[in-house]
Amino acid sequence: MSEKTVTIIIDGKDVPATASQTVMQAADAAGMYIPRLCYVKDLPPGGHCRVCTVKVNGRPQNACTFPVSEGLVIENDTEELKALRRAIIEMLFVEGNHYCPTCEASGNCELQAMGYRLALLAPQLPYFNMRRELDASHKDVYVDRNRCILCGRCVRASRHVDGKNVFGFEGRGIHKRIAVDAEHSLSETTLAATDAAAKKCPTGCIVIKRTGWQVPVGRRTYDHVPIGSDIERKETGASV
Amino acid sequence: MLCIDAQPSIIEVPAQQDIRMRVVDALEAMSMAKSDAEIINEIVEGYGKDRSRMMDIIRAVHARLGYLPEEGLRVIPKALGVHRVEVSDMASFYAFFSRKAKGKNIVRLCNALVERMKGADEVARAFESAAGVPFGETSPDGSVTLEYTACIGLSDQAPSALINGVPVTNLTPADAAKIVEALRKGESPSNLSQAGVVLNLRKAGPVIFASMDRGMAIRKAVNMAPAEVINEMNKARLRGRGGAGFPTAMKWDFCRKSPGNAHYIVCNGDEGEPGTFKDRVILTEQPDLVFEGMTVAGYAIGADEGLFYLRGEYEYLLPALEQVLARRRRLGLLGESICGREGFNFDIRIQMGAGAYICGEESALIESLEGKRGAPRDRPPFPVQKGYKDEPTSVNNVETLCCAARIIEMGAEWFTKMGTKDSTGTKLLSVSGDCEGPGVYEVEYGITVDQFLDMTGARNVQAVQIGGPSGQCLAPKDFGRRISFEDQPTGGSVIVIGDGRDLLWCMSQFVEFFVEESCGWCAPCRVGTTVLKKIVEKVLEGHATRSDIEQLEQVGIAVKTMSRCGLGQTAANPILTTMRNFPEMYESRIKPDAFIPRIDFSKALWEGAAAAGRTDELEGRHV
Repeated sequence: MSEKTVTIIIDGKDVPATASQTVMQAADAAGMYIPRLCYVKDLPPGGHCRVCTVKVNGRPQNACTFPVSEGLVIENDTEELKALRRAIIEMLFVEGNHYCPTCEASGNCELQAMGYRLALLAPQLPYFNMRRELDASHKDVYVDRNRCILCGRCVRASRHVDGKNVFGFEGRGIHKRIAVDAEHSLSETTLAATDAAAKKCPTGCIVIKRTGWQVPVGRRTYDHVPIGSDIERKETGASV
Repeated sequence: MLCIDAQPSIIEVPAQQDIRMRVVDALEAMSMAKSDAEIINEIVEGYGKDRSRMMDIIRAVHARLGYLPEEGLRVIPKALGVHRVEVSDMASFYAFFSRKAKGKNIVRLCNALVERMKGADEVARAFESAAGVPFGETSPDGSVTLEYTACIGLSDQAPSALINGVPVTNLTPADAAKIVEALRKGESPSNLSQAGVVLNLRKAGPVIFASMDRGMAIRKAVNMAPAEVINEMNKARLRGRGGAGFPTAMKWDFCRKSPGNAHYIVCNGDEGEPGTFKDRVILTEQPDLVFEGMTVAGYAIGADEGLFYLRGEYEYLLPALEQVLARRRRLGLLGESICGREGFNFDIRIQMGAGAYICGEESALIESLEGKRGAPRDRPPFPVQKGYKDEPTSVNNVETLCCAARIIEMGAEWFTKMGTKDSTGTKLLSVSGDCEGPGVYEVEYGITVDQFLDMTGARNVQAVQIGGPSGQCLAPKDFGRRISFEDQPTGGSVIVIGDGRDLLWCMSQFVEFFVEESCGWCAPCRVGTTVLKKIVEKVLEGHATRSDIEQLEQVGIAVKTMSRCGLGQTAANPILTTMRNFPEMYESRIKPDAFIPRIDFSKALWEGAAAAGRTDELEGRHV
């Protein structure tokens, strides 16, 4: 049985969608990129980063959870939203302790790539300089909370893909942090380096040991193309 | 240190006794005392190993052991069949839960704005000097733990505190020493002379505080079709009293028509907006009216179960409320075939919260009801579609449900004769701060701010914060505005700020409140509230330039626009509304410089030199 189709309008362009899709899914399928950090297509949405906020009939809503319906008018690629998204990226940079030049995720890091895409210059907001824990107890994976943006991908991947609940949240507000399902540290959990939870981190927070420099700088995911190019490429049909 | 398990008070016997006796006593005490694990297991069993009752389980563990010991994180997950990290996630979220042992008595002093205006800082210093420790710590003898807490709904009798949950009010610094002494002697906080709450019901109106005929509204409702009950709300044009003003009839109708295995009515008794305490007065004076309203709503939407979410700070109201529920069961106003209506079976359970402002947000409240961290949900789906246990749920304010019961009792027409066209009926306002008559007033919608201020004996008013920190800060030029959905809506909090107060400092207290209460789920609110706090501090310290003020506004707009729920969407209001209404407050504080760094380089250099013992090298040099 084919699903009911609807048409939504994104930045003035008619976009076909199936009724069960979210705005994000419909936009992705149409090759229109909505910036995002916590959303990744094979996990349920989390609604944490709010970078994918679009205006739906004039109201800010996050694209990753908002269901499509006939005739929705979406604003996405506007100067106003770009500035607001940039503000969130800047906040994430000052909240954590992100030192791109020494980070092994540099070039593959979605936070860094989003900063470039949205033309963020050096952060002007006050740095938090908070002390954050590093857990290198596990033989194959380490967690460096200095680089965590609390996107919750590891939490969702562990729960929904790996069926393990290795990761969770703890605390509230600015003290919220990624916790592991153990009394002390990651080594006591059932996490394996092959788990989805170990591979979904958008930054250099959860890193598989001994792999960081296998791909040299200059040949990394976002070294030559901006984040989102894979989705936009669909539209033009261009190949790299 | 509190240690229920080993019962040190039993083990420690007077020194003159024979040492062998002591060993025997100790062994006996230990064999008789249950281990933490046994106690916790019993608690979990008592709640039928139901994961959704995790709030109650962790609360009960605290009631027995004083905190959640490591043992709890081994026993509870195993017994409930969940992961440890799910339990620690939930327990770490609420202010009243702790993973560390605390003193025998916990003093939670409120440090909200109004409390600080009324001298809470001096009271705090007196507590610290009496207990011998700063706030956040436990006295060395283990008798007292000092903690701060956000508004506890007693701003009309500030400074106030909760001691082991017992409210103590109108505190002075002299009281603090006496209280600590009494607690050390083992006195119960309920026996303290400062214990107790003054009602301060200054003006009782015809809707909420008029006398009621118990069961009348239910008897009338069950003789109507549910759709007719909803239609009566529609005719009365009843709108939600929590602040947002959503039409009650529409909410009930959506809920009733949503398909589900069960429908739920939830009463939001989590009034946490600083300066709001109207629900406390309703729950003290008219608890029957609240439960009457819930029952009417339950009938209208087709619910068998009602849940009343009571904020943890109001635990002292629980015994009386449970008694009221028991009486209503005896009278046949709850239970099976209520008021003779075949098939209308309905009962109410009270769920206690544990200290989290965000749980006043309806979807966060539902998460909390399900025994999880109080993180809001993304909408759609709305609670009326998928709420408690993913079933259609109507969440209504305490005051709204009281109005609903009255509308059925007295008729919609009676109700619409009060108030304005779009705001029918009355509104409870809880006023605190710089006025002569702090307390609760039931007024008709449409009253102007000026008229209301007169009623409360407020003079020389600099600003009025309407609707709490998440509301608006009004300047005298706006005092002609009317309290109503069409002009100046409010959930009920009115904080009067008199001349002579530092208004920006007042706003900084609100900014700090949101830092404490942000749930942390979404980035703009979690990070943005702290960024706002840091910039406001710079302005208060006199180091701000125009660029800082511009940055403050930009961050405020980003937090407002991009946040996930109502908390974040209103967290910048203290800044944004004063920027609009009191621009001179900012103008007068900024320096003409193009930019002043956050770091005082000269000071930092001196500190560094001092640490290295090389200040002499800086002497005589201008740095």
